[in-house]
Amino acid sequence: MKLQKETLISLYQTMYKIREFEKAVVDLFSQDLIRGSAHVYLGEEAVASGACHALEKDDYIVSTHRGHGHCIAKGGKVDKMMAEIMGKSTGYCKGKGGSMHIADLECGILGANGIVGAGIPIATGAGMTSWIKKDSKVTLCFFGDGASNQGTFHESINMAAVFKLPVIFICENNQFALFTSTNKALSVKKVSERSTSYGIPGYSINGNDVIEVFNTVSAAVENARQGNGPSLIECKTYRWLGHFIGDPENYRTKEEVKNWKLKKDPIEIYKIKLFKENVVKEKELAFIEKEIDNEIENAINFAKTSPEPEDKELWTDVLC
Amino acid sequence: MVMKKISFGKALNEALFEEMFRDENVYVLGEDVGEFGGAFGVTQGLYKKFGPKRAIDTPLSEAAIAGAAVGSAVTGMRPVAEIMYIDFSTIAMDQIVNQAAKTRYMFGGKAKLPIVFRTQSGAGSGMAAQHSQSLEAWFNHIPGLKVVMPSTPYDAKGLLKTAIRDDNPVVFIEHKLLYSEKGEIPEEEYLIPFGEANIKKEGKDITIISYSRMIHFCLSAAEELEKQGINAEVIDLRTIKPLDEKTIIQSITKTGKAVIVHEAYKNGGIGGEIIARIVDSEAFDYLEAPIKRVCGFDVPIPYNRKLESLALPTKERIIEAVNQII
Repeated sequence: MKLQKETLISLYQTMYKIREFEKAVVDLFSQDLIRGSAHVYLGEEAVASGACHALEKDDYIVSTHRGHGHCIAKGGKVDKMMAEIMGKSTGYCKGKGGSMHIADLECGILGANGIVGAGIPIATGAGMTSWIKKDSKVTLCFFGDGASNQGTFHESINMAAVFKLPVIFICENNQFALFTSTNKALSVKKVSERSTSYGIPGYSINGNDVIEVFNTVSAAVENARQGNGPSLIECKTYRWLGHFIGDPENYRTKEEVKNWKLKKDPIEIYKIKLFKENVVKEKELAFIEKEIDNEIENAINFAKTSPEPEDKELWTDVLC
Repeated sequence: MVMKKISFGKALNEALFEEMFRDENVYVLGEDVGEFGGAFGVTQGLYKKFGPKRAIDTPLSEAAIAGAAVGSAVTGMRPVAEIMYIDFSTIAMDQIVNQAAKTRYMFGGKAKLPIVFRTQSGAGSGMAAQHSQSLEAWFNHIPGLKVVMPSTPYDAKGLLKTAIRDDNPVVFIEHKLLYSEKGEIPEEEYLIPFGEANIKKEGKDITIISYSRMIHFCLSAAEELEKQGINAEVIDLRTIKPLDEKTIIQSITKTGKAVIVHEAYKNGGIGGEIIARIVDSEAFDYLEAPIKRVCGFDVPIPYNRKLESLALPTKERIIEAVNQII
């Protein structure tokens, strides 16, 4: 499929924005300006970018604990995200959710989730709404390789398949579930093999190739929109950093990480492709990058200068 | 007011019918709630009337049922999710406790979660340890959930309609031995607000506080106590959360004595919380005796008929507890 220049550049912009956002998060975390836990998406940018570009504005996504990339790719605002991650009152959740609970219902972002696998039935429920209402919306459900071993994976995909719900289950296989290699925890070589248990299409693709992700998810979305039900897409990628910032990472070698960063960086690979195919000139791309750098810088300043939530916020939003 | 006599199960069924007519976003989902009409018959006829997309027969997947309710609620629907036995809520617990109850707060108030988790609880029918529990205290413990436990057809209907219209997740617990119990309800529509206990019998000597099926045990105990010259007040909480503290405190300032009765285990049960609220209030100064609890014993519910009835509160145990402090 021949893609428009606009789409090709937009894919790059999204990946670059995620990369720079996450670098800033790591930096702010090391300065103690972010507390608790922040699970960053460095190295996995092509999955969220490619997948979310396959959606319309009013489609839904359900995200995970490693969710910043999904939110950015679905149109989340980096200033409100950064403010949330820094626990400020101007954040998406008034500082009450933090990194693991960013949501923007107006953008169709139904929330990150702190429980591994818990978003899978929630995405199924969003799909159920579309199935009942016939509203033609599609839900992308992001989850990791670890979540594919949870009971909710089986219950939800089976249910979605039974009703032919418009949900695309996107497994981001970043090779590790916390500190355990997928080789030790998965009974199959490819998570997509599990799709046969539910009688739905399954694909295992290179999650570091943004075009492959975009094309595969676009086809699955179209299929779901036509009422043909869910698909399971495994995007193989690699988590550059540990499970959390500060993870000692004694479960893998430095060489392995270096190899992925040097040879399989989804952004570098794509950038070279864009130049090679004359989609964009170096100068033009540098300008785009500069704009994003400014946006991230503004987001950091916005978050830093935003007020803390007032004490009374402790008590609001428990119930309607 | 024109009244009619119907069963507890039928009253719930009427509530579902009326609310599904009123609001097209209301739908039911769960195991055998569609064509079959519900394991206890509560969803009878909904499938025929509203079709398979509003009376949804799901696979046996409690986590996915509860989670689908969460996902469809945040996208604008008002699901009534049936968990066939409260004992199976363990499988759905993450979705009820970590998702439904917390989503609004975690999202800074952006989401509404108008979900009713309808479930069925209680012992007395020989279903043994995994189909007979009363687990309301677990849900009561969690901020973000409301907990409702009706005792009569009238309350069941009025409270279920209120639960469906509530924008918060409500755990609606029906006692399995109440479904066939009959009672009078008005022909016309009515709702019962949450947080308003019902004084089933007024009295001046002692306050007996209970809810769900145990209310009927308390009422017959109170009748017998009356013959002994003891005038007991019986309060039906109707909703565990919100709890009508005011009615409890007012009653105790009058009687000075209290017995709390529930079928659930005593350890960590609702009774302990109610006692704490009493001693933490102005009612403390009016207390004339220790507060007694008559509860299910802290054992798994046994299968054998004799052992099962030994595990549960009885009219006799309630009378005995009253006599200990009167």
